[in-house]
Amino acid sequence: MADLSINMCGIKSPNPFWLASAPPTNGGEQVMRAFDAGWGGVVWKTLGTPITNVSSRFGAIDVGTTKAVGFNNIELITDRPLETNFKEIEAVKKRYPNHALIVSLMVESEQEWKDIIARSEDAGADGLELNFGCPHGMCERGMGSSVGQEPKILQRITHWAKTYAKVPVLVKLTPNITDIIPPGLAAVEGGADGLSLINTIKSIIGVDLDNLHLKPTVGDASSHGGYCGPAVKPIAMHMVAALARDKRITIPISGIGGIANWRDAAEFIALGSQSVQVCTAVMHYGYRIVEDMIEGLSNYLDEQGMASVNQLVGKAIPGFREWGDLDLNYQRVARINADSCIGCQLCYVACLDGAHQCIHTQKGPCQAWHGEPDHGVNPRLQASPKVQHEPKNGKSQVPYVDEAECIGCNLCQIVCPVPECISMVEVPHNKGHESWNQRVAKG
Amino acid sequence: MSANRLKQERLEQQMKDKKPLYTPAEAVYEANRCLYCYDAPCIKACPTGIDIPRFIKKIATDNIPGSAKTIFSANMLGYSCARVCPVEVLCVGACVYNDLNHQPIEIGRLQRYATEKALGQEKESGKKLFTPQPKTDKKVALVGAGPASLACAAYLALSGVQCDLYEKNELPGGLNTTGVAPYKLFALDAMDEVNWILQHGINLKTRMALGENITLDALCDSYDAVFLGLGLGADRALLDHPAVWGATDLIAKIKNDPDFQLPHTDSAVVIGGGNTALDIARELAYLGVKDVLMVYRKGIQDMSGYRHEREAAMKQGVRFMEFGLPKSLTTENGLITGLTLTFSNGLPDFEISTPFVIEAVGQEKHGQNWGLKTEKDGTLSVDPRTFETSRSGVFAGGDCVNGGKEVVNAAAEGRDAAFAMLKRWNIPSQFLKEV
Ligand SMILES: Cc1cc2nc3c(=O)[nH]c(=O)nc-3n(C[C@H](O)[C@H](O)[C@H](O)COP(=O)(O)OP(=O)(O)OC[C@H]3O[C@@H](n4cnc5c(N)ncnc54)[C@H](O)[C@@H]3O)c2cc1C
Ligand SMILES: Cc1cc2nc3c(=O)[nH]c(=O)nc-3n(C[C@H](O)[C@H](O)[C@H](O)COP(=O)(O)O)c2cc1C
Ligand code: SF4
Ligand code: SF4
Ligand code: SF4
Repeated sequence: MADLSINMCGIKSPNPFWLASAPPTNGGEQVMRAFDAGWGGVVWKTLGTPITNVSSRFGAIDVGTTKAVGFNNIELITDRPLETNFKEIEAVKKRYPNHALIVSLMVESEQEWKDIIARSEDAGADGLELNFGCPHGMCERGMGSSVGQEPKILQRITHWAKTYAKVPVLVKLTPNITDIIPPGLAAVEGGADGLSLINTIKSIIGVDLDNLHLKPTVGDASSHGGYCGPAVKPIAMHMVAALARDKRITIPISGIGGIANWRDAAEFIALGSQSVQVCTAVMHYGYRIVEDMIEGLSNYLDEQGMASVNQLVGKAIPGFREWGDLDLNYQRVARINADSCIGCQLCYVACLDGAHQCIHTQKGPCQAWHGEPDHGVNPRLQASPKVQHEPKNGKSQVPYVDEAECIGCNLCQIVCPVPECISMVEVPHNKGHESWNQRVAKG
Repeated sequence: MSANRLKQERLEQQMKDKKPLYTPAEAVYEANRCLYCYDAPCIKACPTGIDIPRFIKKIATDNIPGSAKTIFSANMLGYSCARVCPVEVLCVGACVYNDLNHQPIEIGRLQRYATEKALGQEKESGKKLFTPQPKTDKKVALVGAGPASLACAAYLALSGVQCDLYEKNELPGGLNTTGVAPYKLFALDAMDEVNWILQHGINLKTRMALGENITLDALCDSYDAVFLGLGLGADRALLDHPAVWGATDLIAKIKNDPDFQLPHTDSAVVIGGGNTALDIARELAYLGVKDVLMVYRKGIQDMSGYRHEREAAMKQGVRFMEFGLPKSLTTENGLITGLTLTFSNGLPDFEISTPFVIEAVGQEKHGQNWGLKTEKDGTLSVDPRTFETSRSGVFAGGDCVNGGKEVVNAAAEGRDAAFAMLKRWNIPSQFLKEV
């Protein structure tokens, strides 16, 4: 069995799965249950000067019957007394000496940073995470993402923290910027030991159409919130990979954003994360999801012949190319497996209206590609549908791909509801490799 | 049987609604499961060609009036069809999920949800789903107020044509009111649908029978067109005895007559193997007759009734006897005490003692042909596109043309006849898109 343990800039953890600083890490009793369930580490819910949270706080978007594909919150940092938090941290650390306990912090003045760092370390923190990411409530007061968006300030506060801290310091970055590199570099220059990203993305999650109140409603109003959950994963992975690719970023990364299972985690790790953090998926399903994460990742590493999870870190990074370096001669085409096809014709309409008009039905080839309007009979346009007494099932309408016209865009495969029914097949050629940049260089 | 009598307690109410109205949560969940197929096979399997994925997706966004309009634009009887259609062999049977070995979409139940909700909302808010077009100078007489005529009249009336419905019975609705199994549709629910259709400006004249107090010639003289939706005739009888029940007569009693009670007996014999036979057998079993025996002249596999209905009957404990034919009745003082069966597979004759014998061996096609051309089986001949009979201006549809199919076929044929009239008269209709 592969070794899942990690040592991220001096923070040791039995596995790379950490709980992100959020409601699942609010208090000691919760964190102990999380450790019992198998989580390797936690980032404690952000501590700072006392605040009051609002009711209600969360919103989400559902897609069909899939709940909370995207999640949003207008919660601030902890609303429990600092004293209580530190007591609980101490108790947890005593009982779980081998798990990683990182304390997330957010205060304003240098003196406040100094004090709260000392108290965290006294309580037994294995590391600190500076919350420069919260995009609502705190940033208006000059904290959170307002720091993360200003590389100079970010560097200065990181420097303060490093001056006073004995344990490793992670800087948590906000995605609410156009380029993640400047804040990343500022953290490195400020002396940070590691980076965590992403925090949440500014968002309005919805409008209640009955009364036109924004969601999540507080009385008759709401505010912009922070967006997370499965829907943000691609954005987070892009930012993690951008930092991991940059030679100047010399410190390890803790990847966060939409991670819900071991596959998500493995992708983040392959894109350069040493540890991963999870919030929404645990808020949705509970701590228990970690069991499959541990088992799945370790099976995967075994299959890949990797003895340690550290071997996977950044493994997918070489696969990133600038667009201008991609091979313009590479070609793939869609192929439909008629045996598993159920005849829903979603691929047909997607290619017809949304791609390249090269999937045809058994009514004959669609002519649209050649500029002719006739592409078979569309029953929705008929005034009076034919009276038909014989049921027909989907098997009688398996479509086919005109491979000569297919541009290999993947759209049909994306919409097909039957797993592995449409495969994208590489078309061999002998034209060699030619990228846009090569073409431009040739003139 | 007057409409008021339907308000009294009737036997059919002892049966439970087999597929009750979905809750909003159930409906949205099921609607979201639909793949929104393109050129969907379920549409092709619906005799009225309802754009099923479209109405289902509108349920998912809680656009109930829009969903109902999609349904009614293709099938004005969309509410009763949702409840009575044999969906297993129609739309649901064609759903692509069958090929994924997944539960197919419950199209009938979703259709009931959209239509029942929308009609309820219309009643509550007074905001009509459909607005009748301005009146034209055309007048149509429709004979028989069953599904075929109701569908035809609805499209005509909403397109500005004056419609007069002539019905032989006191109650309109045809077999929806008097025949379909109560666990699918109760008579009062059928009446609600009829009243919704009539409120679009259709005149109903009951106790008016073609061949008795009206003639086809007279109708042709005073109307621009006539539509015949007469259904089928009386129950056929093999045993000629007044105490033997015809299935549709008995069902009509169960559904509509508050004074009717079943004979006091634990056993009944149903002769026949079609859907009507299965229906009455199941209804009797639901009503507490312990031993219901179905006797069929051929093997069980040859029964014309749907397999899913047969299996449901078996689950209810209905017994089946194959290759049997009724031979003679034993009677005492005019009352039946037994039935002797004879068998085509060599079994010796055999007497069953029961006072309750029901024949479900088909209904007569209409005895009269009203001077119109008929097919060999006695159904009226029509042009398959326009549903016009051999007499110009006289159209026909439903059971009297197709020989007895489903409500949905009657609805499709009535609609197509209406569309043919509208096209002939160049009346632009909200239901006919230019092509
Ligand atoms: C017992 C039974 C159960 C059924 N169950 C189902 C089911 O579950 N699902 C399904 O889809 N289909 C079912 N059907 C079939 C369905 O009811 C018919 O296909 C459908 O009702 C046909 O409609 P229609 O308008 O052609 O005829 P009908 O419904 O028969 O209506 C004809 C109307 O014309 C009237 N009429 C007849 N003669 C005259 C005259 N001379 N003058 C004036 N009026 C006249 C009648 O009184 C009647 O109201 C069932 C049929 C039966 C018998
Ligand atoms: C309700 C809620 C509260 C959060 N509070 C904090 C916080 O106090 N400090 C912090 O650094 N991040 C906070 N976050 C952000 C999460 O730690 C995490 O970065 C983000 O949710 C993305 O991960 P996910 O997609 O797994 O949820 C919060 C997120 C949520 C949903
Ligand atoms: S890959 Fe794109 S272009 Fe090719 S068939 Fe599929 S959708 Fe059409
Ligand atoms: S989307 Fe998939 S299942 Fe549907 S018709 Fe196309 S290939 Fe077949
Ligand atoms: S076939 Fe099934 S999944 Fe496809 S549109 Fe019809 S009901 Fe929906």
